Amino acid sequence: MKMTIETPPAGRRDPDERGYFGAYGGGFVPETLVAPVEELKEAYLEARMDPGFREGFERLLQHYVGRPTPLYEAQRWSRALGGARIFLKREDLAHTGAHKINNALGQALLAVRMGKQRVVAETGAGQHGVATATACALLGLTCEVYMGADDVARQAPNVVRMRLLGAKVTPVDSGSRTLKDAINEAMRDWVTNIEDTYYLLGSVLGPHPYPLMVREFQSVIGAEARIQIQAQADGPPNVVVACVGGGSNALGIFDGFVDQGDVKLVGVEAGGDGMVAGRHAARFVTGTVGVLQGTRSVILQDQNGNIEPTHSVSAGLDYAAVGPEHAWLRDLGRAEYAWVSDEEALAGFQQLARLEGILPALESSHALAYVARIAPSLPAQSVVLANLSGRGDKDVEIIEAQGLGGAPAGETAS
Amino acid sequence: MSSRLADIFSGPGAPRLITYVTGGDPDATRSADILRALDRAGANILEVGVPFSDPLADGPVIQRASERALRAGASLGSVLDLIEQVRSDVDAGIVVFTYANPILRFGVEAFTDRAAAIGVDGVLVLDLPIEEAGPFREQVVSAGLDQIFLVSPTTTDERLAAAAALGRGFLYGISRLGVTGARSEVGGGAPQLVSRVRKVSSLPIAVGFGVSHPDHVRQIGQWADGVVVGSALVDVVARQSESDQLAPAVEEYIRWLRSGTDAVGVSSDHEK
Ligand SMILES: Cc1ncc(COP(=O)(O)O)c(C=O)c1O
Repeated sequence: MKMTIETPPAGRRDPDERGYFGAYGGGFVPETLVAPVEELKEAYLEARMDPGFREGFERLLQHYVGRPTPLYEAQRWSRALGGARIFLKREDLAHTGAHKINNALGQALLAVRMGKQRVVAETGAGQHGVATATACALLGLTCEVYMGADDVARQAPNVVRMRLLGAKVTPVDSGSRTLKDAINEAMRDWVTNIEDTYYLLGSVLGPHPYPLMVREFQSVIGAEARIQIQAQADGPPNVVVACVGGGSNALGIFDGFVDQGDVKLVGVEAGGDGMVAGRHAARFVTGTVGVLQGTRSVILQDQNGNIEPTHSVSAGLDYAAVGPEHAWLRDLGRAEYAWVSDEEALAGFQQLARLEGILPALESSHALAYVARIAPSLPAQSVVLANLSGRGDKDVEIIEAQGLGGAPAGETAS
Repeated sequence: MSSRLADIFSGPGAPRLITYVTGGDPDATRSADILRALDRAGANILEVGVPFSDPLADGPVIQRASERALRAGASLGSVLDLIEQVRSDVDAGIVVFTYANPILRFGVEAFTDRAAAIGVDGVLVLDLPIEEAGPFREQVVSAGLDQIFLVSPTTTDERLAAAAALGRGFLYGISRLGVTGARSEVGGGAPQLVSRVRKVSSLPIAVGFGVSHPDHVRQIGQWADGVVVGSALVDVVARQSESDQLAPAVEEYIRWLRSGTDAVGVSSDHEK
């Protein structure tokens, strides 16, 4: 199977030398971090050209993560929606239950190569934290994961998993007590301990080279899906859909199709309670250009340039900035962005559970809800590919608390 | 191209004392009182911090200050108002100390125009390293303001030279790795950093990060041109924020810190 960290396919542009995708990206870090970010960039640019490094990564992806993950045609769900054929890229079946493991292993290998013994990471939903804790256990690295105190509470099962894997989980009480604040704290740790510490960032965010590197470690998703969909659907999909927190699972799957101009790429943001300031995370709806946590992109901010609070039922999408490459793809018109509300995402979750026997992560449920919105009006021969970025075990308590645990209304009597 | 900051450092005398407080902490009125008190106590340059929701280069003390100021309604605009209000009362130089995003939101040109008009002397943007500073710096310079760059123990010699070439007023040397915050000892890498800077730069260099005692001031003053006190001072503000003795406490604290400069042969009288 063709893997990702090879020469980019024609038609896709890498960022420039300073990490800019068009007007977005760059390296807006405090002075002390300039040198470690530069060291990281050099190490990564060298590693990605080293066949030995790539082989080691690919071996782990195959034998440890269980790649390639299946591409599954959701026939019952497609029939129920009555339109397009829907295919799901099953990242939920990757080891640890989400796409996050691809990037965590790639970067942990890089940390070892750079001689670092300690890894710090942030996590929102806890999936990146679990993936990082897993990679660190596997490679013998010390691991500390920062997690917003609100997320520690709402994604408790993942906190337990991280601790069982030997990681230290440090709740972050500042700011909005979610992903953004965990990133701040991880960066503060990194700047204090740069000698021996590697910062393993979990999405296509932060200063260059992270947005490029994380995309490249995730592009295995799209590389596989491109081959799989060709085999199963006899051609490329009409639409590719993925949820967008920072945007790593989306760029991972988009990467397999970005050079095929007639494949529509759609990123789905968290609409939370709707388009009221502070109650959503739809950066492309009410966001503006700004600098947050090392990168220039589209962010949710108030008139004074302070970061606006966000809300989503899904911790992994509850973040005020979007990866710079997404902002660029949007400007280019190569990708489109939509949002779905908490309520729609929960409905998407329920449909997949009931019709396909799959519990999707609440993050992924946003992509599914968008599919449910568009599929009925698409012709029967059209093909929709959705990235099922993670499994929903971590979310069952939230779903139950929403009153969705029982049988759906009207289904009790038959 | 003499600037007020350059003048402050010119000539002999005690190492210059540079103070950091977050603008608008604990509120606008008392923040103005604090700036005047700092000047009375003999601070040579006042760094006025712009509160920001995500101060990732700051430790807990300045994070809390930012939160207090934001709660009291402060913003980049109100910090400029504050500076305008005290400018004619203080002799010290004034430097706006901020993260990039509030300025980007305000508008770079709108910011530099207003800052220059109200008598701001310099600007330091924490998360705008020289690589990202190009067009911003041009705007700052053309408005007649000094852009101050940070240099740290991790800054390479090549980048030290670039900071020296692009910076104006003075260079701000970070004495240790990590976020802002008072420590019991001065970072061990600081003298070495200063001597590396001296090789490539004729700009004055001030050293900060962790200064909290007259001994630190004395120690740093032996090899640097200026000493920056931040978190320890902000901590005084935090502890006195409910008290009507806030400004006097700040003044007294700075006089105490300056007593450290006696040891390098200068009286602690406020010479201005
Ligand atoms: C299952 C799953 N999907 C998606 C995301 C969002 O991240 P990204 O947009 O980087 O894929 C997360 C983040 O925690 C996640 O756990």
